[in-house]
Amino acid sequence: MSLTITTGPEDLRGCPSLNPDEGDLLGRLRAGDEEAFACLVDRHHAAMVRLARGYVRSPAVAEEVAQDAWLGLLRGLDRFEGRSSLRTWLFRIVVNRAISAGLQERQHLPVADSELGDDSGRFSQDGWWVAPPVHWADEAVDRMVAPELAARVRQLVEELPPGPRQVVTLRDVEGLPSAEVCDILGISEGNQRVLLHRARARIRRQLEQEAVW
Amino acid sequence: MTIRPAKPDAHDITCRQAVALMTDYIDDALGPDDHALIEAHLAECESCAEHLRQIRITVAVTGRIREEDLNPAAREDLMDLYRRWRRDRGIKEP
Repeated sequence: MSLTITTGPEDLRGCPSLNPDEGDLLGRLRAGDEEAFACLVDRHHAAMVRLARGYVRSPAVAEEVAQDAWLGLLRGLDRFEGRSSLRTWLFRIVVNRAISAGLQERQHLPVADSELGDDSGRFSQDGWWVAPPVHWADEAVDRMVAPELAARVRQLVEELPPGPRQVVTLRDVEGLPSAEVCDILGISEGNQRVLLHRARARIRRQLEQEAVW
Repeated sequence: MTIRPAKPDAHDITCRQAVALMTDYIDDALGPDDHALIEAHLAECESCAEHLRQIRITVAVTGRIREEDLNPAAREDLMDLYRRWRRDRGIKEP
């Protein structure tokens, strides 16, 4: 159950005619090559809409933000110097558009005594389990592919507060590495992990409470 | 005679601390000392080990919720966007 981590040029899997060299891709985009653009769209658009949903509730507005980001990419193509990967740059445009459109304030909460997510009530004052986890991990492995489970988890992600939702979408849904997520969202590694921890803790707890296994 | 530091013991950190460090542990972001402490704890604490398994499964399940199907109309809109951009810049269709 390892996550697929894709970075940089490997993003172009499924676009066999494209040279995985990002410089080549940029050249083709600048030269007006539709196929290069179509491959990028197929690769990233759905993820961009999901990322935008971390900032805006309405799917239609999230779609607009993602479209607007593509326009931003095209307009900035000449200035792009390749200091980050194309994906990082593109996702950063999405984040900036979502924020600057005034759609929603960023809600990256400062690190507080919340590292435990929703689990703090399960420990005694001196730090040992009062309500130890019910064992379900082993049974769960067999059921991971159930479509209804994916639907429920999708809903749980949508119900998260914005900060944890943004981070878990990039880390666990898209499978991006930690450093790139920090770069895209403009947050520290530590803060990122707190938000990720909160998101995972809440999803885990909901799955347990609903006994989806 | 050299004094060897004691090996970390499962009780050197509490379950609460172990759970709080789990995301850092999975990300391999802990320093060697904390890493060793949590490993020692997990080796002996079945509840925390189960918690870790559940978090890993949560991560794996979350990685399966992607819907990649792009609405054909949205895709066509984006291709139009690209063609307009190309036309505005006076780039000829290759």
